[in-house]
Amino acid sequence: MNLFEQVGFLFSSYNIPAAFWVNIQLTFWAAIGALVLGTALGVMRVSPVPSLRWLGTSYVTIFRNTPLTVIMLFGVLGVWSQLKITFSQDFTVNFFIYAVVGLGLYHAAFVCEAVRSGINTVPLGQAEAARAIGLPFIPAARLVLLPQAFRGAVAPLGNVLIALIKNSTVAAAASVATETSSVMRAMIDQNGNLVVLIFMIFAVGYVILVVPVGVLTTSLSRKLAVSR
Amino acid sequence: MSQAVLFDTPGPRARRTILVANVVGGLVAAGIVALVLWKLGQEGQLEASRWTSLFTSRAWTNFFLPGLQNTIVAALYSVVLAIVFGLVFGLGRLAPLAPVRWVAGIVVEFFRAVPVLIMMIALWIGLGYADVLPPADLPLVSVVVALTLYNGSIIAELVRSGVFGLPKGQREAAAAVGMTHNQSLRLVELPQALIAMLPSLMSQFVVILKDSALGSIITFNEFLQLSRQFGAAEGNMLQALVVCALVFILINWMLTKLADLVARRLSRRTAGSTRPQLTADNTGAVVGEVR
Repeated sequence: MNLFEQVGFLFSSYNIPAAFWVNIQLTFWAAIGALVLGTALGVMRVSPVPSLRWLGTSYVTIFRNTPLTVIMLFGVLGVWSQLKITFSQDFTVNFFIYAVVGLGLYHAAFVCEAVRSGINTVPLGQAEAARAIGLPFIPAARLVLLPQAFRGAVAPLGNVLIALIKNSTVAAAASVATETSSVMRAMIDQNGNLVVLIFMIFAVGYVILVVPVGVLTTSLSRKLAVSR
Repeated sequence: MSQAVLFDTPGPRARRTILVANVVGGLVAAGIVALVLWKLGQEGQLEASRWTSLFTSRAWTNFFLPGLQNTIVAALYSVVLAIVFGLVFGLGRLAPLAPVRWVAGIVVEFFRAVPVLIMMIALWIGLGYADVLPPADLPLVSVVVALTLYNGSIIAELVRSGVFGLPKGQREAAAAVGMTHNQSLRLVELPQALIAMLPSLMSQFVVILKDSALGSIITFNEFLQLSRQFGAAEGNMLQALVVCALVFILINWMLTKLADLVARRLSRRTAGSTRPQLTADNTGAVVGEVR
């Protein structure tokens, strides 16, 4: 077989786009969860309320320092099989949801840090100026501070999204068997002589997914950057 | 700092609101803890026997400590090799010769974009199929090589952004005293960039430690894998995984604190920024720092 026939054979014997589609779905749902939870945590961490700050800081310390693999296994081997918390009677759906929850909880800690670093890019003078012209807290935050903070958070949030796309492969640890790393493993197991080609197909697939996100968020953050 | 931006010094009314919110926040936290404990108790996970076996010498000498040793060995190999890889390709990206820059750039961008787990699995089965190594070494080698390629690319980016991040004046001063481009890079920019990088390198070590846990997927007997085996043998999987997570959290937390300390110590010895660059997990991509 020449190279084209080999590629053709692999793509006709295995549904490779479907595997990537599973990872994209994992990323999509986990990104929404992480964005909501992470933003809430970020707000808690910069609030003047000590107990909320403490909660936010503890969350970030715990989840940022735990390997994602441990979180995934803890979900499936601890919470699911020991505590018997089930999201769905369908095993496939159940593990998919566990993987989404694990990815979301883990990346929320990084979203929180991104939001916080966005807020930190706003110079103190902006808040002072807003107060000086008589804006109360909420209008000052809504009209002056948060718009600048969101612009500062675009680049770090883009990095979290890239990490999330790649980390969606760790769903394999939560028994999601249809995602890319598991499919690649099965393909190499059955076609050991094509290992380099199979790896390159998946690697290039991730380059195609990840690089545009990086280019897009970088150019977006440049375009939105507040010139100071 | 961030509080100062968003919030003015509170007056009496704001102080009352803060107090109420503080109490509510504390109650919510206590409620979450109580709910978790109640659920654990209901499933019989709080029984003393499930926890006491974690603190026997058997558990530590046979499972936890050997696992931790393998994790640390893999991480140390990876970090040393990644620094070498990072210096070679980071300098490659700064080379005066354009084709060298392109090749280094393509290599770095490629390995940054491919998930570590994909590399690990391909190496593990691929090397096994090629039959070049004793099978017992396969998991360790695959973990180390995958972590090296990925984190080496991140370090290459750190080298590059460390040099670019120096104030323009450094390069201009070197040029003003008659140094060539290479001399300026070697004698002025790189030494400062490397010192400025040190804290980021230490936070990268945290990323390496965390990612080494992926090795459990390819049967590498690292800390997570042996914690799992212990949990399966003793019938206390949940508790064994809690210990595993706590040890990881403790080690990584201490390393992060150390990186902060080193950053503060070193900031006077370089014109670059020593703030550990927030690495969004294993994008490692630099957050907030690179402009």
